Amino acid sequence: MAVEADKPGWAANVDLPALLKEAGLAALVMFGLAISIIGIRTVTITGGLGLEYRWDWVAFSVAVVFAGRFLLALRRETRSPAKRAEREVVMDRIGASVQKAAKVAGPLFIVIAIALPWMPFSNRYIVDIATLVLMYIMLGWGLNIVVGLAGLLDLGYVAFYAVGAYSYALIAVHFDLSFWICLPLAGLFAATFGVILGFPVLRLRGDYLAIVTLGFGEIIRVVLLNWYEFTRGPDGISGIPRPSFFGLPFSRRVQEGEQSFHTFFGLDFSSMHRIMFLYYLILVLALITNFFTLRIRKLPVGRAWEALREDEIACRSLGINPTNTKLTAFAIGAMFGGFAGSFFATRQGFISPESFTFVESAVILAIVVLGGMGSQIGVVIAAVLLIGGTELFRELEQFRMLAFGGAMVLIMVWRPRGLLSHRDPTLRLNDTPKGGTS
Amino acid sequence: MKQGPGRTAPRQTGYMEYFLQQLINGVTLGAIYGLIAIGYTMVYGIIGMINFAHGDIFMIGAFIGLITFLILGLAGITWVPLALLIVLVVAMLLTSVYGWTVERLAYRPLRGSHRLAPLISAIGMSIFLQNYVQLLQGARVRPMPPVVQGGVTLMETDGFAVQLSYVQIMIVVTTVALMTIFALIIARTSLGRAQRACEQDRTMAALLGINVDRTISLTFVTGAGLAAVAGILFLVYYGVIDFYIGFLAGIKAFTAAVLGGIGSLPGAMLGGLLIGLIETFWSAYFTIEYKDVAAFSILVLVLIFRPTGLLGRPEVEKV
Repeated sequence: MAVEADKPGWAANVDLPALLKEAGLAALVMFGLAISIIGIRTVTITGGLGLEYRWDWVAFSVAVVFAGRFLLALRRETRSPAKRAEREVVMDRIGASVQKAAKVAGPLFIVIAIALPWMPFSNRYIVDIATLVLMYIMLGWGLNIVVGLAGLLDLGYVAFYAVGAYSYALIAVHFDLSFWICLPLAGLFAATFGVILGFPVLRLRGDYLAIVTLGFGEIIRVVLLNWYEFTRGPDGISGIPRPSFFGLPFSRRVQEGEQSFHTFFGLDFSSMHRIMFLYYLILVLALITNFFTLRIRKLPVGRAWEALREDEIACRSLGINPTNTKLTAFAIGAMFGGFAGSFFATRQGFISPESFTFVESAVILAIVVLGGMGSQIGVVIAAVLLIGGTELFRELEQFRMLAFGGAMVLIMVWRPRGLLSHRDPTLRLNDTPKGGTS
Repeated sequence: MKQGPGRTAPRQTGYMEYFLQQLINGVTLGAIYGLIAIGYTMVYGIIGMINFAHGDIFMIGAFIGLITFLILGLAGITWVPLALLIVLVVAMLLTSVYGWTVERLAYRPLRGSHRLAPLISAIGMSIFLQNYVQLLQGARVRPMPPVVQGGVTLMETDGFAVQLSYVQIMIVVTTVALMTIFALIIARTSLGRAQRACEQDRTMAALLGINVDRTISLTFVTGAGLAAVAGILFLVYYGVIDFYIGFLAGIKAFTAAVLGGIGSLPGAMLGGLLIGLIETFWSAYFTIEYKDVAAFSILVLVLIFRPTGLLGRPEVEKV
């Protein structure tokens, strides 16, 4: 893989046999990969397992890898190494300009989001998808506090989502309290769980912490699944009360002496009312999350999170207590997860441990990572693409997680800090003249 | 994971026998975990990352093993020791290719990047591999007819027999043999020397003429090979596999590696054995529903109270 950059022209210095050899080797590896899992499929037949051969798939994948590797190598040979460094700069600049544009585009997005249900093209389906996307945006923003700002890789975020959903469901079903009382309670429970779980483990280093949080996520799911008397196990909890508009329910029939949303405002009954209400509810919740994050970044604790992410030892020597600082990030992130969870419970009306698997954590993490850790607008873009995009291609559902995993790897390899990551210095000294002092 | 043979309620009379039976089952399970744990511990030792996709490499090994068994069945090779040997060799080879590719595509470009990047990449790889196998091999559980049957009865007291099946003997023997070979490779060969050198100081090793990239690749290859063996043993022992087995097995094996002291080979074996025993005894004497919680709790407790594990060296973070 010799790169001879000093020769002029591009065709002259391409060592074609070497490229072909490289592509051939890649194809050989692909053949090794493909021959078993792709080429032969085990099928259930009467009396055991049979085999089904797909040599055409093997040939196809080998051909694709050969061509792909060849083109990649050709591209690498013909492009000067300087260009590759330039690409990084270009992406950084895009990240920066998106960040800058977000200042203008942010309010615009909010206006669009508010106007969406009233658009002529919008219907129940679109509002439903938008609600789902907003839910993931909120989860992404919540996790962004933990992963993006504090730099703690939390693989069990779904645990707090589950705690929020279950505490809302159980309180609402057993004590008959309204959504507006349950919501803060659910957030509080989730935050408490964050503190309880976080306290012992936050002293651990980055990757150990990730695995331990993963373990906690699974423990909570297993407990939800098996503690039948309390959570009704795999049957889940159904009949969770729907939210009401400050005490006015969204129901067609009204009990004697009470009013519902449509009678109070003198409207005709429409099932859209509730859907639009849920949409605005999650929009408000998500915006609160965003606003909170943006403001807390400017507070000492927010600064401490970001400093801790960059260098823990330096922070320690400057008198920041790492465990307490991390704990606040963990608890606040958990609280927003709990809010989102209780919204999820009230929207679905039914929850079961099925909804809180590791895959869910991974999806939320993917949104944060792909968007660029620490970037608020990046989370929005990633959530719209990943959740909205896959909702539009429903028939490709089975490829969704495959693409998720692949995208995570590719983005990490391409830009290890996330697609739109860009860091504004929190403090800027006097701008040095361009070019710097030499 | 499911239980081995001989699971019945403990009784007053057969208490000792019941204990013995669980001991045998636990050691068998621990051998499988130990083989997977070696892959985690080696990779962690050499490049300091958690290879989250290792559990899925184990799963792929099990699938390749199943396919090879079926092909051998069609080809008419039914003499069990020969069939097993062929399956082991083929699966080790083909799974190693997966191990190598995963490292080359997902981890090598990230060397020298910030600490969490390889872990996120590994999680992506794990999700990718699971869905890759699910799409290509189907989501349903794949059963396999038992290859090795029968066993010896060690003890029998009114109705409760302590059974040592041939499968269990085979698993323990294979594991011990492989681990011996592996320990010899690490201790005696030039590859092992290069690996130990890279583990101590990668830059210095490179200065002294060791091809670090190649050594790391070979570490992944050997780890994948051992995981493939674990996959086949799992397949033969339990008789069913699906695309999701790698997740739990991977986490438990990682727990084993941490428990034994990550980075330490004897630690991985010891940790695997302990996790196998703890899990088996937990489900035998307490509740079977919460046995996964047991493994996770151990992980959490070990990390909190003794992050270096039983046999690990303390890691000092330098500025």
